[in-house]
Amino acid sequence: MSHTRAATEKITHVTSKYAKDRFILQQLVNKDFKLRYRRSVLGVVWSVLNPLLMMIIMSFVFSYFLRGSSVENYPLYLIVGNITFALMNESTSAGLRSIIDAAPLLKKVKVDRWVFPVQKVFSAAFNFSFSLIAVAIVMLFFRVIPTWHLIWMVPALLLLMIFCMGVSLLIGAAAVFFRDMIHLWSVVLTAWTYLTPIFWDLSLLTNSNAPWFVIAVVKLNPMYNYIDMMRCAIVYQTSPRLTVIVLCVLWALAALALGYLVFRKTEHKFILYI
Amino acid sequence: MADSTSEYAIEVNDVSMIFNIASEQLNNLKEYFIKLMRHELFFKEFRALNHISFKVRRGEVVGLVGTNGSGKSTMLKCIAGVLEPSEGSISVRGNIAPLIELGAGFDPELTARENIYLNGALLGYSRSFIDEHLQDIIDFAELQNFMDMPLKNYSSGMVARIAFAIATVTEPDVLIVDETLSVGDVFFQQKCEERIQHFIESGNVTVLFVSHSMEQVERICQRAVWIEKGEQRMDGPVKEVCAAYRAQFG
Repeated sequence: MSHTRAATEKITHVTSKYAKDRFILQQLVNKDFKLRYRRSVLGVVWSVLNPLLMMIIMSFVFSYFLRGSSVENYPLYLIVGNITFALMNESTSAGLRSIIDAAPLLKKVKVDRWVFPVQKVFSAAFNFSFSLIAVAIVMLFFRVIPTWHLIWMVPALLLLMIFCMGVSLLIGAAAVFFRDMIHLWSVVLTAWTYLTPIFWDLSLLTNSNAPWFVIAVVKLNPMYNYIDMMRCAIVYQTSPRLTVIVLCVLWALAALALGYLVFRKTEHKFILYI
Repeated sequence: MADSTSEYAIEVNDVSMIFNIASEQLNNLKEYFIKLMRHELFFKEFRALNHISFKVRRGEVVGLVGTNGSGKSTMLKCIAGVLEPSEGSISVRGNIAPLIELGAGFDPELTARENIYLNGALLGYSRSFIDEHLQDIIDFAELQNFMDMPLKNYSSGMVARIAFAIATVTEPDVLIVDETLSVGDVFFQQKCEERIQHFIESGNVTVLFVSHSMEQVERICQRAVWIEKGEQRMDGPVKEVCAAYRAQFG
């Protein structure tokens, strides 16, 4: 009797906690994707169009402004920076609200809470993969032929996703206790956009005799390192410098460790505040 | 020793649930730090459950009774694993089908079909299982023609039908029913009760049942636990507990 029970259980329910969480993650990403473009005529094409339009508008002005720098293919430089930053921007601002938004669920169903912030990163990465089509179009247009260095995209993306998961876990947990985080984070993101060489180039800063600490802040900035790694793969077609790789790894691990610890410490109190 | 523990599907050991009711609402960092600096962070303690203990055997059907706000739902949420008790421990053996608030975890923008998969994932079903039983769920809910309509266009009764159908498509080890049967029309209520009866008769399903309808509790349950203002008043055969419960109003 107990044998048959065990057998039927295997069929109906997933076999492990890990498999359950993975299925939930899949379903949530699926849901986000479906809802994102429901009732829009162009649908998923927007994921490709959005970065393209952004690139066209921004390079319309900024390409003249950057003439003195070492950037060769400005539109490509711009779009890679833009979509990489957008991945962080999107996943963290969604991760920020993920626990609060999941309140009706968390109040009624037992489910591992970490899936919500982490799922937002996967959703953003899914969207990022569509933006890569836009990058491919730009590369075709400017006749840029990729080399084997393109492979660096994979570690860059994975490390950035780990970094975003850590940040999302941290701020998602913090937002439960202090709704201020929602306002604060939008300020942080705006400031971060300007601090990161997305539409400008680091050489502009070093050539204009900026004080060392300004350069240090920009160079330590995690987003500078992730974008640089991504640009090495797609735009410059070289291997990233060792310091960039090391910083990317360190930031990812530090963010994940901090996010995980804070989330773990506070998650059992979420239910009382949402 | 191992045998005697495994015959219980649910064990509630000396559980207390304490909520800190903030004397003021502080959702703001500035206010929080000012209060923290001045040592003015006061909380009122509220015991929603006070040292509750009971055990439920596998296959037993137990009713929870009590007036509004007495802690029944808090108890169920602790057992379902949504709330963590402040003191004491709870152990539940096997998978739980919580019918606590039907439709939790549904997204109003998604269609019914998409919601079945989402909700199934949350309940821990596997994808292949949902694929196989999709038709059973639809048939039980009797909503064949509405499967590709967003859930926001459903009436609350229709949502409840789908939710009930998903949660009970397979025989769970533990079924938690919180006034679920009060939704939907009479015919569907009857259908739900039949399905629950069917589970009870199989003898494998442990049922925890909350209802304000005493006659429903008496009809379905064998045993009842009476919780009043967070205190455990009585635990015994359903007739005695219900009689005592009625007597307090008499």
